[in-house]
Amino acid sequence: MVHDKTIGGRLFDGAVYVILFLVALVTILPFLHIIAGSLTTVDELAQKRFVLFPTKISWDAYAYIFSTNTIFRSMLVSIGVTSFGTLFSMILTSLMAYGLSRRDLVGRKQIMFMIVFTMLFSGGMIPTFIVVKSLGMIDSYAALIVPTAINAFNLIILRSFFQNLPDGLEESAKIDGCTDWGILFRIVIPLSMPAIATISLFYAVTYWNTYLPAILYIDSAEKWPIQVLLRQIVILASGLTADSSGFSGDFVTPPDQTIKMAVIVVATVPVLLVYPFLQKYFDKGALLGSVKG
Amino acid sequence: MKKHDLRRRILKNKAIYLMILPGLLYFVLFKYFPMWGLVISFQEYRPYDGILGSDWVGFKHYQRLFTEPMFWTIFRNTIVLFLMNLIFFFPVPIILAILLNEVRLQAFKRFVQTIVYIPHFMSWVIIVSISFVMVTMDGGMINEGLDAMGMQKINFLLSDEWFRPMYILQVIWREAGWGTIVYLAAIAAIDPQLYEASRMDGANRFRQIWHITLPSIRSVIVILLILKIGDVLELGFEHVYLLLNAMNRNVAEIFDTYVYTAGLKQGQFSYSTAVGFFKSFVGLVLVMSANWLAKKFGEEGVY
Repeated sequence: MVHDKTIGGRLFDGAVYVILFLVALVTILPFLHIIAGSLTTVDELAQKRFVLFPTKISWDAYAYIFSTNTIFRSMLVSIGVTSFGTLFSMILTSLMAYGLSRRDLVGRKQIMFMIVFTMLFSGGMIPTFIVVKSLGMIDSYAALIVPTAINAFNLIILRSFFQNLPDGLEESAKIDGCTDWGILFRIVIPLSMPAIATISLFYAVTYWNTYLPAILYIDSAEKWPIQVLLRQIVILASGLTADSSGFSGDFVTPPDQTIKMAVIVVATVPVLLVYPFLQKYFDKGALLGSVKG
Repeated sequence: MKKHDLRRRILKNKAIYLMILPGLLYFVLFKYFPMWGLVISFQEYRPYDGILGSDWVGFKHYQRLFTEPMFWTIFRNTIVLFLMNLIFFFPVPIILAILLNEVRLQAFKRFVQTIVYIPHFMSWVIIVSISFVMVTMDGGMINEGLDAMGMQKINFLLSDEWFRPMYILQVIWREAGWGTIVYLAAIAAIDPQLYEASRMDGANRFRQIWHITLPSIRSVIVILLILKIGDVLELGFEHVYLLLNAMNRNVAEIFDTYVYTAGLKQGQFSYSTAVGFFKSFVGLVLVMSANWLAKKFGEEGVY
């Protein structure tokens, strides 16, 4: 766009910058407040009410939450579910996406319709619960992974990506005697690393954030992922919630503000760490998913 | 196509069918079996006897649905939250994308984008936790701020007036930035010559937005509107469930949370499946109608 140097244009520009700056500020401030709060002492937080820069960094809250087993254990559960889940989802999704990207496949349209239809209509929570239960998955880690293994959006994004690779590559590989598996693993996947990375990160974030499957299918507290524990520590302690099956575990009730903040940070940081990698790719991916969905 | 020709084409792709098989199995098991499981809404389902062994009761549960006062409360709550989404949330990403598009300093644009996308990757547990810590009565920064200004503290968490504003503000905070991606892409596809021509004709920036940007992204807006209407009943179990408590149940209970409590907590499997079926069915009808309407008005539609 060409610069517009009129007074009106400049005022307009100024207003745009100010508004967007405020939007960014409002978005980020709560995070900064929580991080700073988790690093102050209880007294400083009580005194200053709103802390952005703690005068003296204190790791007490972190020392406290890691002095108990509870957080460690559910961090481990979340890390395990995230790694295995992402791997499992990616295997299933890429195999199916590649298969469906092949134009010569008989029944391809029907299968695609079957997948899209699940985005419009579903059996709902109870019938799904019954299926998971009859497969004997209740209270197992598998219940946190298998029932949500394929995300239809991710599948469609990956399929479109595979489909856009030049056909000639596959053909020449075939002429050289490459099998379908060889084509997938030696040609298609190496060429699709940006798409594979994006979708993996989407899956990883979903698994890290998993909450609903955990409250539906996991009964024993020692198998809770970090999100469920976070809810117990922060939300249940803050007021009456939907069900009052209160859990305090090793925690003092109610936990101090700084401790709550530290638990929030611990549950958030892994996502913030992958965010820079994620960001590189997702504009494209999300766009494909939302428009072509 | 000849029969043996078809057979040959299928056999030729044996390996490909093998690749699709695990995924296909997934969709059958976890998406289509539950759809078949909807029949329990016509039964008196007893987990011990299973679907095949339970007695059929016809439309009993559906009759209960329409006579149960609680059903109409959740119906109302669901509609209200949906309308709030449409009125207060839906325009925000559009406005934000248009503003971002007016920024010429690319570094600043990227900076803002980087920040406003972040909340989308946080779970609802984290979003709700952060806001709880901020609004709590004992030491939350919002209430401390109110107190410092000499005002009454407000119990945001345990009141039915504050549930809806909190709900929608959290939705906006989490999703508004992420929602801009699609609009920004649509705006990027607009021919720059249009802007130049309009500038020649003396259009100021507002008029350019009004007469060029907005009309150019109209079809994307329509598509997203259809998708939103299809989501009419998908207000997010997790989000609402986390905010729900005994004090705000009257305005906060929606279809999803009701299915969870009535079904899994109280064991009324058949009745809550009927509630869920009603919800999914209405959603399907709505998205089809919205799509049909859009096509009628000359837009592309989604399906």
